Amino acid sequence: MNREIAVVAFAQTDHRRTSEELSEVELLMPVLHDVLARTGLRTADLDFVCSGSSDYLAGRAFSFTLALDGVGAWPPISESHVEMDGAWALYEAWTKLRTGDADTALVYAYGKSSPGSLRDVLTRQLDPYYVAPLWPDSVALAALQAQALIDAGDTDEPALAAVAARNRENATANPHAQLRGPVPHGDHVVRPLRRGDCAPVGDGAAAVILAAGERARALTERPAWIRGIDHRVEAHGLGVRDLTDSPSTRLAAEHAGAFERPVDTAELHAPFTSQEIVLRKALRLGDGVRVNPSGGALAAHPVMAAGLIRIGEAAARIHRGASDRALAHATSGPCLQQNLVAVLEGDPR
Amino acid sequence: MPDVLKAPLVVEFPFTRSLGPVQSAFLTGLRERVVLGVRTTDGRTLVPPAEYDPVTAEEIRDLVEVAPTGTVTTWAWNHAPRRGQPLDTPFAWVLVRLDGADTALLHALDAPGPDAVRTGMRVRVRWAAERSGAITDIACFEPYDGGPAQPDGHCGDFADPVTGIVAPARLDYTYTPGRAQTAHLDALAERRIVGERCPSCRKVYVPPRGACPTCGVATSERVEVGPRGTVTTFCIVNIKARGLDIEVPYVYAHIALDGADLALHGRIGGIPYDRVRMGLRVEPVWTGGARHPDHYRPTGEPDADYDTYRELL
Ligand SMILES: [Zn+2]
Repeated sequence: MNREIAVVAFAQTDHRRTSEELSEVELLMPVLHDVLARTGLRTADLDFVCSGSSDYLAGRAFSFTLALDGVGAWPPISESHVEMDGAWALYEAWTKLRTGDADTALVYAYGKSSPGSLRDVLTRQLDPYYVAPLWPDSVALAALQAQALIDAGDTDEPALAAVAARNRENATANPHAQLRGPVPHGDHVVRPLRRGDCAPVGDGAAAVILAAGERARALTERPAWIRGIDHRVEAHGLGVRDLTDSPSTRLAAEHAGAFERPVDTAELHAPFTSQEIVLRKALRLGDGVRVNPSGGALAAHPVMAAGLIRIGEAAARIHRGASDRALAHATSGPCLQQNLVAVLEGDPR
Repeated sequence: MPDVLKAPLVVEFPFTRSLGPVQSAFLTGLRERVVLGVRTTDGRTLVPPAEYDPVTAEEIRDLVEVAPTGTVTTWAWNHAPRRGQPLDTPFAWVLVRLDGADTALLHALDAPGPDAVRTGMRVRVRWAAERSGAITDIACFEPYDGGPAQPDGHCGDFADPVTGIVAPARLDYTYTPGRAQTAHLDALAERRIVGERCPSCRKVYVPPRGACPTCGVATSERVEVGPRGTVTTFCIVNIKARGLDIEVPYVYAHIALDGADLALHGRIGGIPYDRVRMGLRVEPVWTGGARHPDHYRPTGEPDADYDTYRELL
């Protein structure tokens, strides 16, 4: 079955360093109401619901089942969850719509990093035999990648600082961003990465509604059609990979059709400045492409939602006519281990 | 907004994992101060070894010893070591390609400062004094200015191989239950049970979670429920849980507190286990400084009519 699927609505929280007064469902509910209100849909109208989150962030077991209360999961609904970024939940929902099993889907994701120490928490996703027992934190692993890029002549510290400044300058137009405008580049966290090279740690949530064919046209004026979406993974051994490149991103982009025609906008999920360098190269993004008009992950990085937000931001630009063909990227794992690329288009004007 | 409750929460678990033949040989080798790699079908040597070729996905078993000396392929200076990391003084994270290997191993490098580290520098393994068959048997790397050490050509067969690892994990959190549960817990401290009413369907949820699972809207109107309630259903527990000093058999029940639209659960006491029944009227028993009812006991009232609680089953 070859159905056209579009993102028809997107909503997100204001991302903040902490939302300690809120449980996950309390954090999420306003976003769910917001995204539904944009389409006029009620939860009972949704054919499928899929979410992305990780219990390790807040240290609360089965938190995704409690978060379902915010959707209204009684009477029973068709629902699924990925212990990943919501971009992968969107991929599952897209598949469900493609098969004709559903005409509409709600995809949401949330991350509450404030209760724990994110750098330590993320070590638990690493190879448990050879790597996790050494507790290398997320900044350390990204710093190894950054140094490899510097050694290869792909970047240097001033160029990384410029990436940080440009993203946060872009974020001045993003009311949801956690860091915007001039942000001090700061001291080294793990050299060569400085504070300003790293995404902020914070809490937040996002939601997207997908619809197929005519249903999408009925729900929004200018649907953001998903022309292609694909995700790829690389060897988990960091020392097996060439950290200066991202073949998985390039392959996903090829399969998503990203190279068939130029895009005007790219929302890249790069929690570290150095990773934007890798992604720009892998995706062959020229100077004519508007990269991270939202400020990207360096402006707000609710873990497990930040990738879905890239798709949402790209779609929102198409909805309001600021873009005609946009690329959205999401990543997961250390040093860009897994990558998802989606290509979104608006109807010709 | 009232202060939300907060408490430290520590999640600790010993991750017990079994090893396949390749990982077993590698980690046993470290115990014996031997570093083993595995040869892929295209002739590359992977260190640390994988069980499947990362390119072809073929199973690989061809173990080959490499040198405990090697070259840094990339590094990062860690001036503030964190708990669990290999050294507690500032060190460099390094990827090291050992002599004889085609891929790099992640570990720590003990060096006096970032100026003493560079990509391409020569390093060697510093073995841990006590070794058990784990990646931490390599204490760290240290600077070394010689050529490749010559391995003995160990084939990877060991008399007493390591077959598993225990990788302890510990994460520290500050737990905050959120607005709705904070209100519930605050009330419990005063020996009251408070739920929240859904503004849409008017059902009262206890304990409240901040949202109505039917309507998907926020609940906020506080409603005191109970203290008395009705047993809606129950089970008889016959197996003693470790660390629990309750004699078996005992009864664990769903209890619909008066005024609540959702049953909560609790233990039933003060009545022989085989006399507990649906419809039994009960009330909470608070003991000592406990922050929730210890159990529920019969009130002596006549049993509730089935129709009064059938919707709550
Ligand atoms: Zn309700």
